[in-house]
Amino acid sequence: MPRMNAAQRHGIEFTLNGRKVRAEAENRMLLSDLLRHEIGLTGTHVGCEHGVCGACTVQIDGKPARACLTLAQQVRGSDVRTVEALAPDPAELSPLQAAFRRHHGLQCGFCTPGILMSLDALLRERPDAGREDIREHLSGHLCRCTGYATIVKAALAAAEEQRKEETTNA
Amino acid sequence: MTRLKTAGALIGHTVERVEDAGLLTGRGRYIDDLPVRRDTAHLAILRSPHGHAEIRSIDTAAARALPGVFAVLTGDDVARLTRSMTVGVKANVECWPIARDRVRYVGEPVALVVAENRYVAEDALDLIEVDYETLPAVVDPEKALAEDAPVLHPSLGTNLINERSFRYGDPEAAFAAAAHRVSIRIAYPRNSCTPIETYGVIADYDPGEDAYDVTANFQGPFSIHAVISRALNVPGNRMRLRTPPDSGGSFGIKQGVFPYVILAAVAARVAGRPVKWIEDRLEHLTASVSATNRVTTLEAAVAADGRIAALSWDQLEDCGAHLRAPEPATLYRMHGNMTGAYAIENVAIRNRVVLTNKTPTGLNRGFGGPQVYFALERLVHKIADELGLDRLAVIRRNLVPANAFPYRTATGGLLDSGDYQTAIDRACAEGGLQSLQQRRDAARAEGRLYGIGYAAVVEPSVSNMGYITTVLTPEERAKAGPKNGAQAVATVAIDPLGSVTVKVASVPQGQGHRTVLAQVVAERLGLPLEAVRVNTELDTARDAWSIASGNYASRFAAAVAGAAALAADRIRDRLAAIAAAQLNVTADRIDFGAGKLFDRDNSDNAISFGRVAAASHWAPGTLPDGTGQTIRETVFWTPEQLEAPTATDGINSSLCHGFIFDICGVEIDRATGHVRIDRYVTMHDCGRILHPGMVDGQVRGGFAQAVGAALYEEYAYGGDGSFLTGTLADYLIPTVMETPEPLILHHETPSPFTPLGAKGVGEGNCMSTPVSIANAVADALGVEDIRLPLSPSRVSEWLYVEERPSSKPQDVAPVATGASGERLLTGAGSADVVATRESVWTMLLDPNTLKAIIPGAHEVRKVSDTHFRAEVTLGIGPVKGRYRADIRLSDMIAPEAVTLSGGTEGALGSGRGTGRVTLTETATGTRIDYRYEAAIGGKVASVGGRLLDGAARVVIGQFFQALARHAGGGGPPSAAAGLIQRIANVFRRRG
Ligand code: FES
Ligand code: FES
Repeated sequence: MPRMNAAQRHGIEFTLNGRKVRAEAENRMLLSDLLRHEIGLTGTHVGCEHGVCGACTVQIDGKPARACLTLAQQVRGSDVRTVEALAPDPAELSPLQAAFRRHHGLQCGFCTPGILMSLDALLRERPDAGREDIREHLSGHLCRCTGYATIVKAALAAAEEQRKEETTNA
Repeated sequence: MTRLKTAGALIGHTVERVEDAGLLTGRGRYIDDLPVRRDTAHLAILRSPHGHAEIRSIDTAAARALPGVFAVLTGDDVARLTRSMTVGVKANVECWPIARDRVRYVGEPVALVVAENRYVAEDALDLIEVDYETLPAVVDPEKALAEDAPVLHPSLGTNLINERSFRYGDPEAAFAAAAHRVSIRIAYPRNSCTPIETYGVIADYDPGEDAYDVTANFQGPFSIHAVISRALNVPGNRMRLRTPPDSGGSFGIKQGVFPYVILAAVAARVAGRPVKWIEDRLEHLTASVSATNRVTTLEAAVAADGRIAALSWDQLEDCGAHLRAPEPATLYRMHGNMTGAYAIENVAIRNRVVLTNKTPTGLNRGFGGPQVYFALERLVHKIADELGLDRLAVIRRNLVPANAFPYRTATGGLLDSGDYQTAIDRACAEGGLQSLQQRRDAARAEGRLYGIGYAAVVEPSVSNMGYITTVLTPEERAKAGPKNGAQAVATVAIDPLGSVTVKVASVPQGQGHRTVLAQVVAERLGLPLEAVRVNTELDTARDAWSIASGNYASRFAAAVAGAAALAADRIRDRLAAIAAAQLNVTADRIDFGAGKLFDRDNSDNAISFGRVAAASHWAPGTLPDGTGQTIRETVFWTPEQLEAPTATDGINSSLCHGFIFDICGVEIDRATGHVRIDRYVTMHDCGRILHPGMVDGQVRGGFAQAVGAALYEEYAYGGDGSFLTGTLADYLIPTVMETPEPLILHHETPSPFTPLGAKGVGEGNCMSTPVSIANAVADALGVEDIRLPLSPSRVSEWLYVEERPSSKPQDVAPVATGASGERLLTGAGSADVVATRESVWTMLLDPNTLKAIIPGAHEVRKVSDTHFRAEVTLGIGPVKGRYRADIRLSDMIAPEAVTLSGGTEGALGSGRGTGRVTLTETATGTRIDYRYEAAIGGKVASVGGRLLDGAARVVIGQFFQALARHAGGGGPPSAAAGLIQRIANVFRRRG
């Protein structure tokens, strides 16, 4: 890493949702603040800023990560994905998102982007994920509205659908 | 009232929510997502680290001088531009949103900084120096009443801010005649439903018009708008309050943002630019708002068959450091329902409200219900046990009979509808009570701990805005004038292209109001769901609203959706008249469907909705005489049943009364004390169901929060007022792993008092579930004094310590607290260093060495030979702060031993402690042994023991590590030792 000065803003280049971006940030700036307030992608939410609630979860190089525990400077050269990248096009939901809508997997929607990013990574890595895998991954997220049952249901439905897709495509 | 007819096409069906596409794709617009003016600055708040202290002085000079800071305000600056907030009882106290000469709870605002961004604003907080003189604190409501208790508000002279007694029927005679008297004492803890989105405010001030414009994720009730305007000293029309399109949950809590609306508004005025404040989680947990904790004694006069003739309530309500509007509403919200689901004719009530050194309370899902039902349903359980009766039989014997509705309760409530007996019968049958009982018996036969609990609960909804005046005496009420009702408002508007927009003042936080309103209005106008758009943002300067507006007291389905249906019907009647003229039929033959208006007897004779709907805009002259416009219809609806309190203190505190019956099966792990919910059945009667998916969503969400309240969550305080659960690692919210799935059943008895027959449903499980779990645990363990939360450590105490019969609840005793309730840390250890005792001794007393080796030290000054002052920055978990430390040396035996004692104070907390350091000669140098005992209070203590104990060990370890490094680097006695050996010897920690 280059030497940096605490009082100055430094440029960061990385890939965000498939596009190269360049942003400026002080060393102490959190990735969550960079995404939300410098770049303007407000889909990533902040619920605790100490790594417990999971609302800020994004994907860094394919792996779920807490944007509130990541310094903006740490994503230099990385591939960052946020909830804004999940839908295949602006008028269409991804199968996971559609399953959330169908099964009432959200109420206020504040926890939802983080949960979607975790589940999206899980289903990509483990297409065979079952109820217990899903519950385990969800246990890193707090939702105060739904009582979780409908989230699990939505995730299971999306996993099921994804498996069907794959068999038909195979 | 006459029930509205519905075609049944949309209402009652689970349709996909119109809200979801935006929320799922990251396009929600929550408060922190909204665009702001380019010159908007950020507000950060310095908060009290003490539960109770006088403020001697505040020095803001360094903060003001920091580049990027626009303004710094203290309590006096705020007070110059505002007035004290209205207090809901007659009492000689002021209530400010920021401390002035005294702090009364940890987290109370002390100073405000406005700066170019949040980072700089928080830097500036660290530069503000506040000199406190700490006072003894009181956190226990019963102790707060003691003669010698510290008094929070000298002007009041006591901590008892309000007391009222009530009498309904003839309770004395009923008690005198009763075969049995059974009583129970309960201490209900503090908790909060903690939304995942915290508070947020964006405020601006226009000096030209002396007007404020504030956007906040406030949830209502908008009666608070009057409190804000008065505090800001402007008429209501100069206090524009708006809400963002989306809100990340509230559950009552976001009512409590209003003091920050006042603070941000004043800060914007002083800074001369818009100000934005987004609360962080530590602030939220420490200082937003919580439910009340309450100590209740409840006694029943009972006949031999279990029939309850009278209840006597003694409720001691702890509202925290200030009585903030609308408190003491938590205590009075249930006033018409103090007999629960039971027909009990005689009731005595004593209500006392006390102030303690804790965060002021406010709305929280369940609002007063959990506290009341915990006492009532534990008591019913106990009555059965004491009389040797079946618990379910005692519940059944006392229920309000099915043919008695609408039923007037002893305290003045009017239960609108219900069939409690059938609901319970169905819950037992469909919920499998018999097999559950077999399961329990089988478990017990194997020696396992298994219990079953019940709770029967009436869930009030649509609050009477006048109920809170029951806290005043009838004479005081007569003087103040009557207060009552609950205005709900909805507007249906049609634009020039004939499309329909609905506007309501319901301020949802995730409940799907837009979807339900589209369902209701689309169905009445014969349109597809997508044809109706709903806007729920509220702007007090533009929209129709009233004091009851907002989202609380489960009023949406019953009141707001009903008002929308009434507005749609008014437009519908006029559209029918217009269509009738064009189709040459009478208006009563016009029907609506598939986007058309048509002759019911000849559906080919039809005209498109858009055409009829647009006529008012394009050709008003063609409308039949007397039809009136169809452009916009606003309906205000308030139910006649919500009357002001009577001269004898009778109050119908809510319009609707749902019913819940819960059955809970728990198993308790004998080894760990862990409570596992094995089975949970929850039967609901919420009147007519408008959207089954959303109703079940409300039930599940409330249930999960109630599981948290029963098993994990507590806002815990140390005896000195320090707050101990300031992170989500300390305040434990259930995750998916801790949340069982309940079996949800419904039994619908529509409300005769609401336009759609619906009742509220959102809060019921927060009232019923904690006590049904507690009853199940009581059944499993045979323990009477069940206290929440049922943490494994608490349950283990009951398992392993002999249970002494005690009717008095013990003090809430948080873990690991010192004499004055701070968090205690102790530790010991030793380190070997490669240096003589003398040189180690000299180093320990040399400020320059100390500066180099104290972790995070910026400066160490020697005041005298035995007195040092240090400035350090320490990070513990998420809490990083700057501290000033005073260290004194005593019992010095050079070069063998010294005692260090001292105190430290910073924005994040305070500590004091002593440590004894002894130096012993060893073959390679010196061994340093140390023992310490420290007590920590303030914000740092709230990060919890887990982090703190570890952090203290690390910091102290680092100190000696650095000392060893320092010593190892400097000469004898190891000058002869080789480099390798020296490195190896440098630091061997033991202990
Ligand atoms: S905001 Fe990052 S985990 Fe809560
Ligand atoms: S939907 Fe509101 S927090 Fe999860």
